[in-house]
Amino acid sequence: MLTTNDLRAEAAETSTALAAPAVELTRVSRLYGSFVALREVSVTLAAGSSVVMLGENGAGKSTMLKLVAGLTSPSYGSVAIFGEGPKDQRGRVAYMSHATMLYDELTGLENLTYFGSLHKGGEGRGVLEQKAAAALLEVGLEPTNSRRLGEYSQGMRQRASLARVLLSEPDLLLLDEPFSNLDVGSAQSMIERLLTYVAQPGSNGLARTLMLTTHQAELARPLAQTTITLREGRLVSQIGTAAS
Amino acid sequence: MNYAQHVLTHLRKDLRLEWRTKDSINGMLFFALLVVVVLAMAFDPASYPTMTRQISGGLLWVALLFAAMTALNQSWARETNNNVLDAHRLSSAPASALFVGKALANFLFVIAVEVVLAPIFTIFYNLHPLGETWKLLIILPLGTWALVVNGTFFAALSLRSRNRETLLPLVLLPISMPALLAMIQATTAVLTGEFEPTLWIKVLVAYVVVFTTACVLLFQTILSAD
Repeated sequence: MLTTNDLRAEAAETSTALAAPAVELTRVSRLYGSFVALREVSVTLAAGSSVVMLGENGAGKSTMLKLVAGLTSPSYGSVAIFGEGPKDQRGRVAYMSHATMLYDELTGLENLTYFGSLHKGGEGRGVLEQKAAAALLEVGLEPTNSRRLGEYSQGMRQRASLARVLLSEPDLLLLDEPFSNLDVGSAQSMIERLLTYVAQPGSNGLARTLMLTTHQAELARPLAQTTITLREGRLVSQIGTAAS
Repeated sequence: MNYAQHVLTHLRKDLRLEWRTKDSINGMLFFALLVVVVLAMAFDPASYPTMTRQISGGLLWVALLFAAMTALNQSWARETNNNVLDAHRLSSAPASALFVGKALANFLFVIAVEVVLAPIFTIFYNLHPLGETWKLLIILPLGTWALVVNGTFFAALSLRSRNRETLLPLVLLPISMPALLAMIQATTAVLTGEFEPTLWIKVLVAYVVVFTTACVLLFQTILSAD
């Protein structure tokens, strides 16, 4: 019987043969006015990597995720996602930030059906609603809940946000402090869901790649195939499974 | 999903959000009614019917323009709450469909305000159009779209500005001048019957075609900007 690690290894092998690195940052710096958020960071991540980024507040973790997502551009250096510019990879990259990126006035199901239809336009409304409902159930939210997102607790909002990114089935999943508002039980079930997600192959049989930032290193350990540590915008270390 | 379906998805979402909050329509309606009532009190329209016909077109469009501006900023504010706009930036759906959907939603909101405002305006200003009234059915939607398409675009452009409420009128008013002139002249022509509105309607059509095309083509750049 295949284990999660076997599946991941198999998918990683396929993708290595097929594709360029999932993420390639070459001497990337990002300045906000005179403040240097990121200094000459170079990182290469193969498809199928599962990366946990650690660092204090202001270390540059969120900036790095935004650069990879293509939500901001580097001041110096270059960013390549699957061998192309981040903006050429729309739909293959999903990003979960501190904010939910969902509408407070809509219910969880309405939000997910709406964003699902933008990503998976070819599918009918009924199918989309079913998938949205399934995504909500997977993160422990009740799809029939008629409460609007604005009335959700912080933890529920965070889980709805996770459901949104997973629904789009991205090849590269970027999560900015996904456990920050969750209790330990919810965080652990989120980790299990993420482990299952990255173990499954993405589009074209490509292994799925995960990058997440957290202050809860112990909690995220199961996801830390690679651990990157940033300090004051500099890459301090990048270490593999055994060492991390 | 084709382009039209994407537009419809965005439109449905904006209509649903407005139905639940009523932020745009309430603000617009209150503002437009206030302008119409205050100006009707400022002079006596019944005593000067000729002058009233000559200035009513201008009054109506200025009231609608300022009222629409209150809604235009609001429509994008919804997208910046919870950084929803970032989700759109990462989406594989065409960016311009978001713009067209929102412009259509704003168009419907302003039209709804016009439907309420028109009879009140007619009563307060004691208006009896002397031209071909049916032409207003062309002028009003065309003029409204001209205001809304530019307004939606420039509201998006000023999103990242700290003074976006101030910036929008500063940018929108000068660029809307040709359209404003055309819609006011065309409306005045219908109300007074003194001249034909056809030329001004053609100017309005040309303006709408040029600016709608430009806005749709440029929106991707606006959305992707850092």
